[in-house]
Formats: sequence, structure tokens, C-alpha cells
Amino acid sequence: MRRREFLALGAMTLALPTRPLHAAPALRVVSVGGAVTECVYAIGMERLLVGADTTSLYPPVAERLPRVGYQRALSAEGLLSLAPGLILASEDAGPPAVVEQIKRAGVRWVSLNTAHTPDAPVQKLLAVGAALGQPTLAAARIRQYEADWRRSQVAVAALPGRPRAIFVMAHGGPTLNLAGRDTAADAMLTLAGCDNALDFKGYKTISPEALLTAAPDVIVTTGQSVDGFGGLQSLLTRPGLAESPAARKRHVVALDGLFLLGFGPRTPQAVMQLAQQTRGQT
Amino acid sequence: MNSLAQPQPVPRWPGFSRPVAIVSALLALLVLSVLAAAGTGAVPLPPLQILAILAALLGLDPGVPVGAGETSLILHLRLPRVVLAMIVGAGLAVCGAALQGLFRNPLADPGLVGVSGGAALGAGLVIVAGGLLAPPMFPALRMWLLPIAAFGGGLAAALLVYRLGTRAGVSDITAMLLAGIAINALAGAGLGAFSYFANDEQLRNLTFFTLGGLGAANWTLVAICLGVVTLVAFVFLRQARALNALLLGEAEATHLGVDVQAVKRRIFLGVAAAVGVLVAFTGMIGFVGLVVPHLARMMLGPDHHRVLPVSMLLGALLVVLADLGARTLIVPAELPLGVLTAALGAPFFIWLLAKRGKDA
Repeated sequence: MRRREFLALGAMTLALPTRPLHAAPALRVVSVGGAVTECVYAIGMERLLVGADTTSLYPPVAERLPRVGYQRALSAEGLLSLAPGLILASEDAGPPAVVEQIKRAGVRWVSLNTAHTPDAPVQKLLAVGAALGQPTLAAARIRQYEADWRRSQVAVAALPGRPRAIFVMAHGGPTLNLAGRDTAADAMLTLAGCDNALDFKGYKTISPEALLTAAPDVIVTTGQSVDGFGGLQSLLTRPGLAESPAARKRHVVALDGLFLLGFGPRTPQAVMQLAQQTRGQT
Repeated sequence: MNSLAQPQPVPRWPGFSRPVAIVSALLALLVLSVLAAAGTGAVPLPPLQILAILAALLGLDPGVPVGAGETSLILHLRLPRVVLAMIVGAGLAVCGAALQGLFRNPLADPGLVGVSGGAALGAGLVIVAGGLLAPPMFPALRMWLLPIAAFGGGLAAALLVYRLGTRAGVSDITAMLLAGIAINALAGAGLGAFSYFANDEQLRNLTFFTLGGLGAANWTLVAICLGVVTLVAFVFLRQARALNALLLGEAEATHLGVDVQAVKRRIFLGVAAAVGVLVAFTGMIGFVGLVVPHLARMMLGPDHHRVLPVSMLLGALLVVLADLGARTLIVPAELPLGVLTAALGAPFFIWLLAKRGKDA
């Protein structure tokens, strides 16, 4: 901690010559995307935030920021009303016409990558640090992330077996929405040393019979989805799932959606928890 | 179709006929709403400053300093949006009024002849499969891909309905209505299939398209929509006498010297073009085309010389107010416009219906 404070002090003195101490108004930043907002908090620059989108749920205090709506349905004037000097946004942010309007209004727009790799959080922290003029703080947080990542890799490698897992998400319909390849969930399963029992692209609703042949050992989902299913019992008695090894053992892993799928700074912890819980350890 | 229309009462004030009074009141309301909409938004600006900005834009000296950021906000975000709201409202309403007149059916609306469904299908294709078409295309072209596909889909669906309803050069109204229902069902099935194959992001975009919104407004869109709506409204207004004759029945209209088939063709093409363009740029904004013409008839009777222009006024008024709500109710976020047109218009419509029941 002392080391971080020291670095922060260093960064501040570095920033001093470029800005006069008295008159400089603080940069006003709006953050769009749960993982992006997490990165701003992770490098300790949250005092610059004047707004965030509805996917910015962590840390919980971020929910108290003025809400600019869902990240794919932003409002140009709504954003401008917060008088931001900088908008940090995930690549999912939109609609494109609004992004265009914001840029034309002269607000700096920094787009952050949404890749599903262990390197993605590093890239986000780097970009956020650079955009906020705090590369030193970002570098410190990245070193911590890399240490976390190595620790989680060691822990995952020590775990036995490769559980067959599926990732299921509630979408309000009578069918289940399941994750195939090229999804954040699939990437997390792989990083946690699990095999995705489903082999299609993107999210799909699949028939109970196809689900039966997948025969997962463990069902992974998000806490929000368990509520959407109407509770764990309702999920475990779904046709196609009820007969699976996972349902017989009542082996369901439910983690927070942003924690599990956000590819933010907490990714190492998420990988570790997912790896342990899919093997029945807590 | 004029079962909802009221007989015209005797003028209450000598010198002012009821139509003149109503139209003047609506015009005044529209002007006030436009001023309110231009003056209200997520970014609070005092009315005097807005007047100063407008004066500066017109080349006058406002006498007070005007910020470049504020000028750009008014000029590029708020004004095009308010103007587009007027055009969209007027266009959808005049199309609804002309179609209800043509079909002699109070439930006719631009959705019924397949335009909205076809447009949604075209848009859905681009939203879900656009990525496959996109890489070889220029990014500038990609921006126009969705409106072009939506317009093409709307026009194709409407022409298909027209062809299906026309035998030996004569269009049968019932056949066209049924063809419209069939084409809509097909478009619905296609849209359902797209939403099944869509990923999370595409699904969200599809939903927003079907709820409508004016967030993309800029002066280019305003110019395109204004051109199309003006042209179509001009064509429709010239058909007002023919539409009045059609109230008596097709045979009677023919005896009165109306080329019924030509009227059908013009109105059908006009609706397909105007609604196709509007839906392409603003998504599906419900309620306006269906109910605004009824409001116009309740106020001023069934004469199309009045119904068509008054529908335009009312449609513009409704969409300007609804969009004002969409922009300001949950600042700094935004509500979908289609939710608000119905939420604002329906209670007013129900009130009118109930009032009419008491008078009768």
C-alpha cells in the first residue's frame, strides 16, 4: 500500500508542471462498460468519474454515479449534460450515431478492447491509465494483476481433472440460452481448465435432447441468471438438464456476471474461483 | 370508416368557425411544443441563452457571448432532432390518414400494408448478418446499409401486397388487407428467426429498432425525410377529393369521375416510400399512424381536405412531445420513443372515446 501511495505521489509530481496547481479544473470522465469502470477504480482514479452506464456494477459504490443508460443505448445529449472531457467506453458502446455525435461535439472518446483473453484486462488498464494521464498507477496495478494471474495459474494447474461444463444464461424465454465457442463464458471455462461440453458458435437456445447428449458434470451460470430461472431448483428440473450428471449431484456454480464474464482486473480471481468451484472446492 | 367521426356542431363564436379555431389552437400548441422541446434537454440551458444562440446562428448579434459548445449542441443535436420529430410525426400520421381513407377501414395503418414489417426484416438482416457483408465495404457505406436495407424491405413488402391484391389491373381492398396480414406474418417469422440467431448485442439492437428513436437525427436525415414527406403529403392532399368520394364506395367514386385505381396506386406507393424512409432512419414508432387520423376526424369530421393536414399537425405535435419526454424523463439516459408515443397518445384517445360515448 505504501508503495502505491508513493507511486501516486510520484505521478502527481510528474503531472504538476503541465497543469497550474490552482486553476486546473479536474478532468470529468464518464465510464461506459462494467470492466472499464472497474479499471478506473482499480487505479484509484474514481474521483474523476462523473457518470457511468448501467453495466457498471462494481465496486458497488459505482452504482451511485449518475446513470447514462445501457451501454448500447446511450443518449448524446444525456452524456453531454455531464460535461465530460473524456469518455472511456468499451467497444460495445453505442449506438454508432450517438458515438459519432459525441466525438463531433469535441469530447475525447477512448474505446477499450473487449477481447476474452487474460491479456485484455492489462490492455484495458494500460489504456485507462494513459487516457487519465496516470501511466504509473496503471503500471503498478498491472504488476499486481500479473502476480494475481501467475498465482491463479499455479492454483489451476494443481487442480485435478477437466470437468465437462456448460454455461447457461437466463433470457426470459422458456428455453435455456447456452454459451458455445467465441464467448466470454467459453474463454473463462477454458482458462479454468474445464471443457465446454457444447461446440457451436456464440449463444444458442438448444433443445432438451441436444442438452441431454452434452451430459455436463457441472453447470456454470451467473447469480443474476439463477434469479431469472426462478431459483436453482427450477433450473435443475429443466428437461434435458434434469437427467445430467450435474443435476444429479446438484453441482451448479453461480458467480457474479461482471466478475465472471467482464474480463476486468478481477479476472485472475474469477478464473481461480471458477476452477475450484467446478471441482467441488470452495 | 367514419363511424368515429362527429357531426360538425354549429360554430360557437361568430366569425370563428370551429375548424379555424381548432387549427389555430393546434398550430399554437405545436409552436409552443417545438420551443419547449428546443429549450429543454439533458443539458440545461436558459431560454434567453437559446434565443441568443439562435440569433447568432441567423447572423444577428445576440449582444451576449455565446459558447461554441452550446451552439453546437443546439445546432447539431437538439434542433435536428426536434425538426425530425415534426417530420416523422407528420409523415406517419398523413400516411395513416390516407390509408384509412383508401381502405375505408379504421384499423388500417402503415403497418398493415407490410411496410413496417418489411422494413424491420431488412433492418434485422443487416443487424444480424451485416457483419458478413461489412468487411469488403467502405465504413461510410456500412452506415447507410441499414437504412437502405430497411427501405428496400419496406418497399418490397408493400409492392408484394399491392401485387397480391391486384387482379387484372383492379386492386381489391379486402385482398390487399389479407395480403398485408400474410406478409406481416411472414416478416414476423423472419424477424423471429433473426432474433433467434442474434447474439446479445444484435438482439438488443433489434429491440431498439422495433421501439424506434430519434437519437440518430442530423441535418442530412432531416433533409431526406423532409423531402420525401413533403412530396408524399403533396400527392396525398391532391387526392383529398377522391378520398372523400371513396367514402361513398368505389363504384360511386368511379361514377363521380374518380380514377379509383390511380388513387390506390398513388397512395400505396406514397405510403411505401414515406414510411419506408421514416422507419429506415427512426425504427418503428407505433401508434402515430393508427390513432392520430382518428383524433383528426373526431375533431373536424371526415372531410379529407381537413383530415390530412390536421393529422399532420397532430402527428407532429404528438411526436415532438413524446420525444421531449424520451430525452428528458430519465436524464442522462433515454427512453425508447415508441414507448412514449403510445403512452402519451393512448390515454388521450381513450378520453376522447369516453367523452364521445357520453355526448351520444
